[in-house]
Amino acid sequence: MIQNNPVGRLIAHVILIIGILIVAFPIYYTFVASTQTLQEILRPPLSLLPGGHFWENYSAALFGGVGRIGGVGVDRLLFNTLVMALGIAIGKICISILSAYAIVFFRFPGRMVFFWLIFITLMLPVEVRILPTYKIMVDLGLIDTYTGLILPLMASATATLLFRQFFMTIPGELVEAARVDGAGPWRFFKDILLPLSKTNIAALFVILFIYGWTQYLWPLLMTNRNDMSTIVIGLRKMISFADADTEWHLVMVTCILAILPPILVVVLMQRWFVRGLVETEK
Amino acid sequence: MASSTRVTFPNKFLPYLLLAPQLAITAIFFYWPASQAIYQSVLREDPFGLSTQFVGLDNFRRVLGDPNYLNSLQVTVIFSVATALIAMALALLLAVMADKVIRGKGIYRTLLIWPYAVAPAIAGMLWLFLFNPSMGTLAHLVRSAGYNWDPLLNGDQAMVLIVSAAAWKQISYNFLFFVAGLQSIPKSLIEAAAIDGAGETKRFWTIVFPLLAPTTFFLLVVNTVYAFFDTFGIIHAVTGGGPGKATETLVYKVYNDGFVNLILGDSAAQSVILMIIVIGLTAIQFRYVERKVHYG
Repeated sequence: MIQNNPVGRLIAHVILIIGILIVAFPIYYTFVASTQTLQEILRPPLSLLPGGHFWENYSAALFGGVGRIGGVGVDRLLFNTLVMALGIAIGKICISILSAYAIVFFRFPGRMVFFWLIFITLMLPVEVRILPTYKIMVDLGLIDTYTGLILPLMASATATLLFRQFFMTIPGELVEAARVDGAGPWRFFKDILLPLSKTNIAALFVILFIYGWTQYLWPLLMTNRNDMSTIVIGLRKMISFADADTEWHLVMVTCILAILPPILVVVLMQRWFVRGLVETEK
Repeated sequence: MASSTRVTFPNKFLPYLLLAPQLAITAIFFYWPASQAIYQSVLREDPFGLSTQFVGLDNFRRVLGDPNYLNSLQVTVIFSVATALIAMALALLLAVMADKVIRGKGIYRTLLIWPYAVAPAIAGMLWLFLFNPSMGTLAHLVRSAGYNWDPLLNGDQAMVLIVSAAAWKQISYNFLFFVAGLQSIPKSLIEAAAIDGAGETKRFWTIVFPLLAPTTFFLLVVNTVYAFFDTFGIIHAVTGGGPGKATETLVYKVYNDGFVNLILGDSAAQSVILMIIVIGLTAIQFRYVERKVHYG
């Protein structure tokens, strides 16, 4: 009854639309630039309507190979990034659902010690231990490999904590009933726990996929070869303000292609995304 | 804890097997390198890597007495505070407005959340495309208005650019949490205040804002952590710590000293200092989480 103020609502709409313009404009501008020729981009101000070179630029970047990154095509970069994001998301979910299962549904010596060992890793982001971690990767020969890109980012406490929290809400009667019916731990996990965890897994998957896709420091250190680069690192290598030969129209295309997949995931899986975001931070 | 009375499976070896993958990765990629960082932080290695000697806390003393380090500490604080404040203020404004409208809520939310999916480094590049002096359209407009805009040469302007990009990316995250926070405030409280004659602005500052305090505080910590660590990509891609050292944050300096300048002892000491900062921030965050549980 107090919200019955049409003028206030109109102002709210106006502010929200301005907010959306601020949020969307940098992306829209880059999209417009990605459909222009190099000469048009270098002569500001740019027109605010898309140009006519959409197919030309996109097929050149995707399949033609980009000179500044050793002729590697953007398709290859997209593939590498997809492998990395999927590897991190799936790997993380697998190892943390198993360890949470062990911690909640079994009693064994050292249980809490292990829990704390995992928990403390929350406090050790890659950034605070980059050099020694890098040295280990060199010693293990994991530079320029998918394993090197994925494995170290797979372990983290967040996912384990989330599953643990969820498992603790599962009533003990369920376990008891399963045991009375003669189901072993594996049967219980597969037929009862996994189906119950479906929404949690979906929510976590969205968050982790984006986490993997947007990594920067780690792939920067782990990849030397251009054809093992992720798209964000490849993009960084394509840009130089000092040299006149930066192919800006291809840079813009790569930029759009780099942000499109995670944006689609967020928008299409919005329900799980919002849930995952709020849950993982609890 | 209720878990002590939990029904469990009796297996002896299975739980260890289930824990093994995570523990192995954690040991190899977390504990071993972290302990190496601590170990190296008390060693001094000559530039050729031929000999090392134990120097105690010398590396820390030198790092903390280094004007470059203190500069980057100052840069980090300015950058973090500015990023957190701008991202949170804009997000709160948008969330309050979204709470008010009746039609189009879902569409507004969809259109406001996508920057979350943009990698920080790319967020930086998007802003650079708009604002770099040679080809950015907005830079062109600013310059034709007579303002001498060149973030590649002017340190303050470089800072403005990376703060804008970092805050822009974080708005969507904060927006979602403020929306959730606003929804949990009982409407009856606000209505009661309205009946007592409190205007809209007064209702916001005396009822809504104080009740949002847990969300605000939580976001403050999260945004600080974000500004400290996740924004490495923005700085590396946009300014490279420059011009001069105007945008060299602590994390960027660890990277630069370790990988570019190869000063191992100093870089390790800086890593350890960063670890202490993260532990502090995480501890604050968990204290907050405990409080939230009490609120119910």
